[in-house]
Amino acid sequence: MDTQKIVEFAKEIRTQTLFTIGNLGVGHIGGALSVVDVLALLYGKVMKIDPANPLWEERDMLVLSKGHAGPALYATLALKGFFPMEELTTLNQGGTNLPSHCDRTRTVGIDMTTGSLAQGFSAACGLAYARQLDAKPGYVYAIIGDGESQEGQVWEAAMFAAHYRLDHLIAFTDYNKMQIDGTTDEIMGLGDIEGKWRSFGWYTQRVDGHDVEALDRAVLAAQKNSGKPSMIIMDTIKGKGAFFCEGQVGSHSMSFDLAKANEAMARLG
Amino acid sequence: MATQEMRSVYVETLIALAERDERIMVCEADLMRAHGTTKFADRFPGRAVDVGVAEANLVGVSAGLSLGGKIPFAATFGCFASRRAFDQFFLSANYARLNVKLVGTDPGVTAAFNGGTHMPFEDVGLMRMVPGLTIFEPADPVSLRALMKQSASMWGCTYMRLPRKSVEPVYEEGEEFTLGKGKLLFDGDDVTIIAMGGLLVGEAIKAHGMLAEEGIDAAVIDMHTVKPLDEELVLHHARKSGAVVTAENHQIAGGLGAAVANCLSCACPTPMRMVGIRDEFGQVGTQAWLQQHYRLTADEIVTQVKDVLNK
Repeated sequence: MDTQKIVEFAKEIRTQTLFTIGNLGVGHIGGALSVVDVLALLYGKVMKIDPANPLWEERDMLVLSKGHAGPALYATLALKGFFPMEELTTLNQGGTNLPSHCDRTRTVGIDMTTGSLAQGFSAACGLAYARQLDAKPGYVYAIIGDGESQEGQVWEAAMFAAHYRLDHLIAFTDYNKMQIDGTTDEIMGLGDIEGKWRSFGWYTQRVDGHDVEALDRAVLAAQKNSGKPSMIIMDTIKGKGAFFCEGQVGSHSMSFDLAKANEAMARLG
Repeated sequence: MATQEMRSVYVETLIALAERDERIMVCEADLMRAHGTTKFADRFPGRAVDVGVAEANLVGVSAGLSLGGKIPFAATFGCFASRRAFDQFFLSANYARLNVKLVGTDPGVTAAFNGGTHMPFEDVGLMRMVPGLTIFEPADPVSLRALMKQSASMWGCTYMRLPRKSVEPVYEEGEEFTLGKGKLLFDGDDVTIIAMGGLLVGEAIKAHGMLAEEGIDAAVIDMHTVKPLDEELVLHHARKSGAVVTAENHQIAGGLGAAVANCLSCACPTPMRMVGIRDEFGQVGTQAWLQQHYRLTADEIVTQVKDVLNK
């Protein structure tokens, strides 16, 4: 893998995510920035996609179950050429194709509508089942949040995927350890999150979610694994890369202007 | 015409549909035996998915199956299909513009021995709030087969109320149906009875005979599709008869009565009465006892007809 290329892509995604939300003045910056590196790896190297043919039947698909991180995925898709970069300035404006939470009917390249937490994860499981039944090539990727993992439906879906041996489902937990009301430990501790996924029958790995080489190795191992769905728990930092919100609980949804966004972009180097 | 369990007709129809269309799938949440869809699972291994006791996941997985090109018929008791998995059906299936055929079994008092916890009097009301959703309740096996086929062949989510038990036949084989178009069972000049579902369509037919004996000429409509409502048919017969009585195995608030009232109050204000549940919870009992207790009967329809006609 050309690590530098993915690192550069991640920097571009961070830059455009900061711009997109900063231009609007408010948004879910923290949880968007914590998934940037995995998005860079997936869309920069791993996923078989064709921006010119976004509905290509044999493509790999991603369900961003933590749909509020949409702006990071919009930046990624725009940079890949799914739609013009200028659209990023329309985030959350009336009539936009880029709503705060992902909408498959509005945004080219968005594979599933998400926003009510845990629902996307169930849909990813159903999608993976359908593709397994049809012996279709390719993978279904899903990203869930750590706060999202407090939803019971996540665990209903976890049992389902293990029971039906959906080994072409590769999921990631964005374990930034923060949610709206505080840290996950303060609000509703996730306990032994690795152990939980293992005991639910998933092939479970844990990596630094900002280390694209480690992420890449984990994805390759997940692809080689058979008979079990994969969960890659990513240790991440909420607001990663933005000096004004990195590691801060208040970054879930916050106001900041373009000047602050520009300063953060400059500090990215 | 012999009676036949509605669940048997449901499963036979699914198998017939699945033989012609490999996208048809069955999704269940530990009610495969209750619904009889084990027969489908035996016939099409892999195309019947049991998610276990997990109704939210039932609907979420069904949305994902639809995203993967399948046409899932997802069934659970109507109380769970509506109250428990409403957000999943609303967002993952309908808002996402996918193609999930949700089936709520044991509607209203047909839940009988499962009691108040399992007795959906409000599922139609909840579902009517979902934009663009098609909601229907077939009255008998012939209409069930026909309406299920239409549901399968149209793009978009549907919600079907389905009693598992036998219901009295209403239609002869070969009768044709269209989702969104009510069936006029009897024409009449004095009053129009609009009913939904096998139980109340049956009672409405009985009421028609009882009223005829008293010289009251009642039209009877099987309004199998409550959304989109056949407003043209409602308005035509409201104008013709000048009085309307609705009958449903559901809360009158939010159900068929409310839908008809919405239509008439704007376009053709018409004296109306409603037979249905009046802001009450369900409870346990035999179906016959519950039907009497909640006054879901031909006698009650006759009473309401006379009331609206001031007779």
